[in-house]
This record gives sequence, structure tokens and C-alpha cells, in this order.
Amino acid sequence: MIRLVLILAIALAAPLRAATDIVEVTSPGGLTAWLVEEPSIPIVTLNLHFEGGPAIDPPERAGATVLMTGLLDEGAGDRDAQGFAVAREELALRLGFSTNRSAVTVGMTMLSENRAESLALLRSALTEPRFDPEPLERVRGQILSGLRRDQTNPRAILGRAVNRAVYGDHPFARDRDGTPDTVSGLTREDLLAAHARAFTRDRLTIAVVGDITAAELGAPLDDLLGWLPEATVPPPADADLSDAAQTVIIPFASPQSTARFLHTGIDRDDPDYIAAIVVNHILGGGGSLSRLTQEVREERGLTYGISTALQSSSYGSLYGGALSSANATMGQALDLVRAEWARMADEGISQTELDAAKMYLTGAFPLQFNGNGRIARYLIGLQLSRRPIDYIDRRNGLIEALTLEEVNRVAARLLKPEALRVFVIGQPEGVTPTE
Amino acid sequence: MRFLLIALIALAWPAAATTALDRAIVSQLPNGMDVIVLEDRRAPVVVHMVWYKVGAADEVPGKSGIAHFLEHLLFKGTDTVPGDEFQRLIEANGGQDNAFTSHDYTAYFQRIAADRLDLVMRLEADRMRNLVLSPEIVALERLVVLEERNTRVDASPGGVFAEQRAAVTHVNHPYGRPIIGWRHEIEALSYTDALDFYRRYYAPNNAVLIVAGDVDPAEVFQLAERHYAPLARSEDLPPRVRPQDPVALAERRLVYRDARVTDPVVTRSYPAPHRRPGDQAEAAAAFMLAELLGGTRTAHLPEVLEIDEQVALSAGASFSATSHDPRRFSIFAVAAPGVQAAKLEARLDTALADFLETGPTQADLARVKARVRAAQIYALDGLDGRARRYGVALASGLTVGDVQDWPAVLQAVTLADIRAVAARIFDRNQAVTGYMLGPEDAQ
Repeated sequence: MIRLVLILAIALAAPLRAATDIVEVTSPGGLTAWLVEEPSIPIVTLNLHFEGGPAIDPPERAGATVLMTGLLDEGAGDRDAQGFAVAREELALRLGFSTNRSAVTVGMTMLSENRAESLALLRSALTEPRFDPEPLERVRGQILSGLRRDQTNPRAILGRAVNRAVYGDHPFARDRDGTPDTVSGLTREDLLAAHARAFTRDRLTIAVVGDITAAELGAPLDDLLGWLPEATVPPPADADLSDAAQTVIIPFASPQSTARFLHTGIDRDDPDYIAAIVVNHILGGGGSLSRLTQEVREERGLTYGISTALQSSSYGSLYGGALSSANATMGQALDLVRAEWARMADEGISQTELDAAKMYLTGAFPLQFNGNGRIARYLIGLQLSRRPIDYIDRRNGLIEALTLEEVNRVAARLLKPEALRVFVIGQPEGVTPTE
Repeated sequence: MRFLLIALIALAWPAAATTALDRAIVSQLPNGMDVIVLEDRRAPVVVHMVWYKVGAADEVPGKSGIAHFLEHLLFKGTDTVPGDEFQRLIEANGGQDNAFTSHDYTAYFQRIAADRLDLVMRLEADRMRNLVLSPEIVALERLVVLEERNTRVDASPGGVFAEQRAAVTHVNHPYGRPIIGWRHEIEALSYTDALDFYRRYYAPNNAVLIVAGDVDPAEVFQLAERHYAPLARSEDLPPRVRPQDPVALAERRLVYRDARVTDPVVTRSYPAPHRRPGDQAEAAAAFMLAELLGGTRTAHLPEVLEIDEQVALSAGASFSATSHDPRRFSIFAVAAPGVQAAKLEARLDTALADFLETGPTQADLARVKARVRAAQIYALDGLDGRARRYGVALASGLTVGDVQDWPAVLQAVTLADIRAVAARIFDRNQAVTGYMLGPEDAQ
């Protein structure tokens, strides 16, 4: 590939034909879901998002939510692990349970002809998981294997170091999988407790896309989720993020070093967030034409990929990026990053850059919905960031309305070259640690 | 319009409701370029792809990596669209673009608003024959490719192990060379190497155009005629005949040790059939065999090694039916704590022998078939994936008809077919067995 796909990028841009395509459905039992009807293919995608996730594990039970989630499709009701897997395959059901650092998510795509049976199987997994000894030990073994692998994986080591430094005593400083000790100690009771913490109505977001109408959706939603308790434990606290310039080197034998660099960012509901999207696009978010890619890759060949992203969340926001470079050139590459950070903070961008960024960001907006699954994930994201249901209609207008003065003011606010925390793993030359 | 629609093909399955989404309209330009249109009117988006029937396996010995290197260089400009103007124009029109290289093909694609198709066709056609390079540009991009090699291969033990295994496996076929190239050969790739490769292989008679999305096929053909039909054919396109691997007479084994390996891995591969034009039945049987052995949670190897015997953290099978020349059928297992590689391999062999002896049941096969059939419906939901299915097949020497037939060929596979193909594949003399171990692990 000519370019590494930007794995850091948090896409809040995406495309429907018209906002009227999204309808809010309220079930008889009072559950709300955002729905896009798409009848041309006989499939339905359902996404559920339960906020909280690993971040509400007690520290001494870290990893309980990940293990619990990994066991939801390993036996439920009168089906053991094998029975559940057979049932899922017979329905040709695509069903995945997963976690991110602050949520448990369910993604399911089903054939229309199997809709009722598919929803019944999901209901069984959510309401009556068995947590049998055999799958429990097997999945625990897989998680422990992953933790061992992470201990020799430079990117995983780097990610942990960054999280510990940035998040302090917030749950995001921990590994969501837990530690070998906590995972080894988890019992079936811990999993039942994690299950009770995870699945509550107050932290649920629902998106549905596909071959189903608003009228058809309400009753199945109540069947599937009407059992949820209102609330159990409180949601995670906000992170107390602050800036503290530092440069940390983690020695690791490898021909190439990898670096992350970041400081505090900007919240999604901040009035300057839209301008920050433009700033990020021009600095490092926009692929091969971004300033950082031009300077570090195109002009000097120092990296295969460098990118930046707004890492904004409701718990606290960061701004930063990542790159890999040969050990001998990492110092030079990071010097260029700092210089570009300072140049954009001081001098801002040009009208030409702003015009090009607007054309790209508004033009690419409708491209990103490529399939029901991506639309469903976008609908979840819109609801989580509390966007209005007609946000899609408005979003390009918000970008168009930005002035050069506004974007440059936000560039100066967002970019803090003197506050960058830099973490490098490898054997980099030309990088001086702060301590 | 000079084009004739030489085929208008609708898949017999899935059901009528999806037929309109499942149609490919194909044509060929007088200069030999194939054109395929896949309509999907759900969103005002188009995916435009050009596939060249050239990849790493078409390189001459000593020049490994040139196909992939050239893919990078194709973004360096032409006389009329110099420098990075190509990407500036795509970006200014809100489009996205990228490219990828394999052993059998090199492909370039853009995703853009459907009314910008004319622009991307003009740009892609221009760089098919008019690329401008300089030794300086080539030297700079070589550094980027070497960094890419560090990132893709050297940064993970699995990447190094896979590269070493392929080299041992394919003693004569160029599938044994890494797509990105051996480091020492990338370092020596020159401006002349790139230009020679480009002039020979980048031409309409070696390319397939695929346009998928919110388009009118007749308009696509008109645009293709305007932009691609004037391009000159390559007159020195060599026949695509690669050196083939001999029938091996000795089993081969390799052990790769790496400090980053935390759980031992055992892999085994065998020569396997591949899809050939009009002759896909044996590859379909091998595909089903891979599904039944290791394709899902209820497949034989995970069931025996992960669940019953608990000697593996994971186990499975891997087979890709679509390639220009025959590739390999692979099985693998990751050792559970305390299980040595040799013991794991022995259990893998026993599990395989049991499978060959008792075989899968009709119910097992029916379940796999239901899933494969559903996958065809799910695949309709992705524009890029649909386009890629055709691109990979055509670059592998298959026809549009073969692509359309494939679902039915898969559904026609019987248990007897699977047993027959398994008996042919699992010949120990042809096997390559690999261990990936930590520094202290016993074999």
C-alpha cells in the first residue's frame, strides 16, 4: 500500500443521503433507537453500545469485563459453548461482542429471513450467559496469552506507557484486559458482577440499519432489552488531564523506533471543535498532503507513515500523533514534528490550505458510509456525542462557515509545542530524554 | 457507442430481491482493456479501480520489490499532472485514493462522489502511460519503502516467520519472494528498473477497469472510451508463465526463534489446487475443506485442539482459492502454556488423521454451506469488496463468468469431493512445517 491506513483517526465525518433518512424510534417500553431503513438487501444490522465497560471494573478485578464479554457467545441458556456456536452458524448470524476502554458493544448483522431467531439468540446471550468452566478457562488462557504477547510488542508497551503517564489514577491508565494477576484471579462470581455492572438501561445506545421499518422495530427491541435494570454503579469519572512536557525513551532492540506525541486536546462539544478538525487535517490528519507527511515522508523519506488525530472523549480530550522511523533518523523526524507544531501554532495556515481542506472535508463527508455496519457505528457515535438527529444536514455548513481567522485562532489554542509529551520505543538516535 | 455489451449477467442466487444489486456489466475496449461495471445506487458514491495484471511474482530474479516500489512511484506525477497534483485534485474533489500490490496484481483505486468519475478516469488514464520519474524521486521513495519494510515485516515476529516460510516453501516459484522485496534488493532498485517495469506492464491490454457505485453503465463505457481507449497497447507484454515449483520429494522443516515470541506456533502447509478458468470444482472442495477443518469455532481443529484436548490456544486452517498459480493449504496452532511444539504438532497430525478417517458429516457441510451462502448476501453490502472480488479474479486469470459461477460451484461440493481433495492435499512429502519459538522454548 502506498499509505498506511490512519489507524488513529477518529472519524466523526460520514455520509447519508439526507438526515431524514435517520428516524428516532421509541419502543412501547420506552427504549429509543436511531434507525436507517435500507430495504434493498435482505439483512439487518443492530449495534448496541453500553457505556462503562472496563473502566468500571474495580481495580483489583481489572479484566473482568473483557473476560465476561468474551464469554457471552460461549454458552447461554440451554446451549453450551458448542451448541451456541452451532446455532449461530445455522442462522448464518454475524454476531460479535467486544469492549473498548469505556464500553461493551454488540454488533450483529442478520439475514431478514432469520431475524426472529437471531434476536432470540442474542437475547439468550445477554440475559442467560452460562460462564461454564471449560470456556471460562479457555478464554482466560487466550487473554493471558495476549497479555504475554503485549509484553514483547513495542507498540503495546508504548501504548501502556503513554496511558500511565497521561491518565494517572484514572481507569484509562490501566490495561482494559487487566494484568496476569487479576485475570488469573477472576472467578465466576466476578463475571456475574461484571455482567450486572455492564448491562443497564441508562447507559445504552441503539442503532439499527437495514431491512426493517420503524413500525417493525419497537416490539423486538422491548423483547431484546426490556429486562435491563435502570442503573447499577455510577459511570466512570472524568479524567483529570493536564499538560507536562516530557520525553521518555523505552529501550527496545529493533531497527526501527516508534514514537507517540501528544498533549491535551479539545472536547467534541467545544464550539472550536469544528475548526480543530480543519487544523488537524492540515497538520497531520489528511494523509499524504498533510504538512507532517510532506515534511517527514515526502521531502525526506524518514517514515512510511505519520499521522495525527483528535482523540476527544467525554472523559477528557487529547491531541497527538504517531510515527515510526529508523533508529538513526528518529531524532530528526521528531525535530520536524516539533517545528511543524510550532509553525502552525505561530503562523497558522494559508487561505489556500483552508480552501483545500474545506473542499476535501465536505466532499469526503458523504463517502464514508460504505455499508450497513459503518452506518450503524456512525449512528452510535452521533448519539454518544449528543449530536442532533439532523447533524448530517448541518455538518458541511459548519465547515464551510469557518473563516481563516477562526481556524488560526483555534490552531494557536489547540497546538502547544512546548507542552508535547513524547514517548519513543526503540533505540532512537538524536532524542534526549527529560529524566 | 462502439461498445457491445458482451455479457449481462445476473447471479441466479440470492433471491430476486437482490438481483439488481448483483449484476456485472462487462465490455472490452479495442485496445484490450477490460471494463466491468457494478451498479449500486444506494448512495451517490463511486469506486473507480484499475487493476494491472502484474505483481511481485512477475518480477525478474534480483529485482524483488519492483512491482510494489512502482506502485509508490505512480503517485509522483506526469507532464500534464505534475508532482502531487493528482492527489491535490482528488482531495479538492473530496475523494480518497490508495493502491495495493500483491504477488499477482497491482491495483489503484479512488472513492469519490459519483459525479466526479470523469476526473478520476482522466487522471488514472494519464498515469497509465505518461509517468515522469527522476533518479532523485526514485532514491527518496526508496527510503520510504525501506521504512515500510521495517514496519510491515520486521516489526513483528509473525511477519518475519511468514516471509521465511514462503522462501522455504516455494523453491522455484516467485511466490517465495516477499511482495515488498528483500531488503538488499530494494536497496539496489534503480530509476531504470522502475521505468522498464512500468513501460512493459502498465498498459490497457494488461489492465482491468472496475467501476462500482451510483453510475449508469452506458455512461461509464462512454467515459472509458474517451479516457482509456486512446492509450497505446504494450507491445512487449510477456506471456504470464512463471517458473513452477517441482513436486517435492523431501519434507521440509524450519525453526524460527525470536525473543518477541511468547507462545510457540506450529504451521504446516501443503500444495493446493486453485481456481482455474472454467475449472473451479477442486478449489471449491479445498475451500470447503478449510472451512470444515478450521474456518469457524465449530470446525474440527479448534474443536479437538482447543476444546477437547486443550493443547492449543487457537488452531485453524487457511486457504486462498484465488491466485494465478497454485498456492498452499495451511493449518496452524498456537501452543497452550506448557505444551511443546513437537507435542502440539503430533496432536495436530492426529487430529488431521482422525478428520481424514471419519470425515465431516452432512450436517457439518450443510452448516458451512449456509454460512457461505449468507456471506454472498452480506458481501452485497460493501462496494469496495464487490469490486475487489472481480479484480482479484480477473488478475488471477479468471473470467467474469467464473466469478459469477463460484457461489454455485461452492454449493455443489459434496462430502466425497472433500474427501478426495483432502487425500490429494495431505501428502507429507510435499509439506513444509514451521515452528516459531521463543529463545528458550524446547522444540
